Amino acid sequence: MVLRKATFAGAVAGEWIKIWTVRSTLWTMFSTVVVTVGLSSLLALAYTLSYDRLGFRARLAFDPVAYGLAGLNFGVITLGVLGVLAVSTEFSSGLMRTSLSAVPRRSRLLAAKAVVLAVIALAVGLISSFAAFFASQAIFSMRRLGVGIGDPEVLRAVTGGGLYLTLIALISLGAGAIVRHTAGAITSVLGVLFVAPIFGVFLPEDWGRTVQKFLPPAAGSAILTTRETPVTLPPWQGFGVFAGYTALVLLVAFVLFRRRDV
Amino acid sequence: MISASGLTKVYGGKTAVDHADFTVRPGVVTGFLGPNGAGKSTAMRLILGLDRATSGSVTVNGRLYRDLPAPLREVGALLEAKAWHGGRSAYNHLRFLARTNGIPNRRVREVLDIVGLHDVAAKRARGYSLGMGQRLGIAAALLGDPAILMFDEPVNGLDPEGILWIRRLMQSLAAEGRTVFVSSHLMSEMALTAGHLIVIGRGRILADTPMADFIPASHVRVRSPDLAALGRAVAAENWRARTAEEALLVYGATPADVGDLAYRHGIRIHELSPVHPSLEEAFMRLTADSVEFHGGG
Repeated sequence: MVLRKATFAGAVAGEWIKIWTVRSTLWTMFSTVVVTVGLSSLLALAYTLSYDRLGFRARLAFDPVAYGLAGLNFGVITLGVLGVLAVSTEFSSGLMRTSLSAVPRRSRLLAAKAVVLAVIALAVGLISSFAAFFASQAIFSMRRLGVGIGDPEVLRAVTGGGLYLTLIALISLGAGAIVRHTAGAITSVLGVLFVAPIFGVFLPEDWGRTVQKFLPPAAGSAILTTRETPVTLPPWQGFGVFAGYTALVLLVAFVLFRRRDV
Repeated sequence: MISASGLTKVYGGKTAVDHADFTVRPGVVTGFLGPNGAGKSTAMRLILGLDRATSGSVTVNGRLYRDLPAPLREVGALLEAKAWHGGRSAYNHLRFLARTNGIPNRRVREVLDIVGLHDVAAKRARGYSLGMGQRLGIAAALLGDPAILMFDEPVNGLDPEGILWIRRLMQSLAAEGRTVFVSSHLMSEMALTAGHLIVIGRGRILADTPMADFIPASHVRVRSPDLAALGRAVAAENWRARTAEEALLVYGATPADVGDLAYRHGIRIHELSPVHPSLEEAFMRLTADSVEFHGGG
């Protein structure tokens, strides 16, 4: 038998098989699409039906794209879970020892996981984002509120939705590798994304608002907006900040994953 | 070949492996024997690089495990009963492992046949019995057809049929010229399978020797009111002997030989018994001071 080398490509291919051969992957993918598209449609429907009763200011603040993609905030939960599970279940089951005997270079293994997860999350994120967009705009169009994919800033926002969910999956992968327990990692990810903003609310007026803009969820979801708002950073700037958080978490994850005993 | 030199692992102030030097060679089953908590599993994890050595090093075929170009093709390891995800089938578990090391898919079918999991290979592993799980771990170890195999407590929880199967498997692997390194705290199991022994206690290597040298030779224990005369008679026959607690231990002779000798010299005998020292006794003598926990009473 020719002694073929274990390569990064081999590690990626192995991770690809691994992630598709547990049921949780398909379930989280399926529920991501259903939840994001379903909730976006419901919210669009609620807005459209109550449009007549809204005041001038509320109508002025209306961003058909951001409102139509609001359901993506719930896709954050399911893709976050997918990212955490991709690494945490290996620790809880003992599989990590087997995986590392096959791919003993730690960074190679974690990088392979990140690549596979990013590809899947990007595909699911884009499908969810585009489907949520078209569904919600169809509903807004009942009152001529909708916009088209060709309108300014729209394609960027909808594509950005897929990118945002990809970063969510990756930051969750990092959290899973750091915390190594499924429940703990999911709690920390959702805690930072959904609970941290509450603290911003209690900070004094001026810099409370500034802090809020830089908190992970607000920064990350800025990419979904097509109108300037006082509570978010400009789209790419916000996305860049969130990408920075993701990079930081992954960096810590790689360092710890290389160092720790398994 | 596995070589450890000065291998040391300290966990939070507790030394699990203490300056261990040992070599595991091909062609023979090397038993890694020690009480629970002696450091066997830690040493095996250090070999695979799962734990980082505090100091010293251990190499496989002259390299650190992580530097092996295709690790599964050089080393196969069964580390513990469960090192797989319950939601994945045996087939898929082996398929992903094969893929990482460029092992062809047909080898997956082969090892499933070898371990007898063919019929359940498509089922999710969480439904497997302890024995089936162990077989899956062994299939993973055999996947790359490696020249070095490590088994950590392979017979734990297996039924007699499974134990026999593993015993034969390890012996046939060694007979093929492979390096087989198997840990156990079960002495009877070791006595049956291993040709070479590495004994560990409290993290220290206490012995590294062929099995035959480790267990004292069989001998005859004889008691007599005239021990001195008996001793002279035995010496005249050129048998090796030593006195122990009012008795004479005679090596290289059967009880019949010794009985006849005494009869010819008219020496009365009060006891004449064959002694076959066991691995247990040899082991107990060696590790008397290094057992982590003694039972009460």
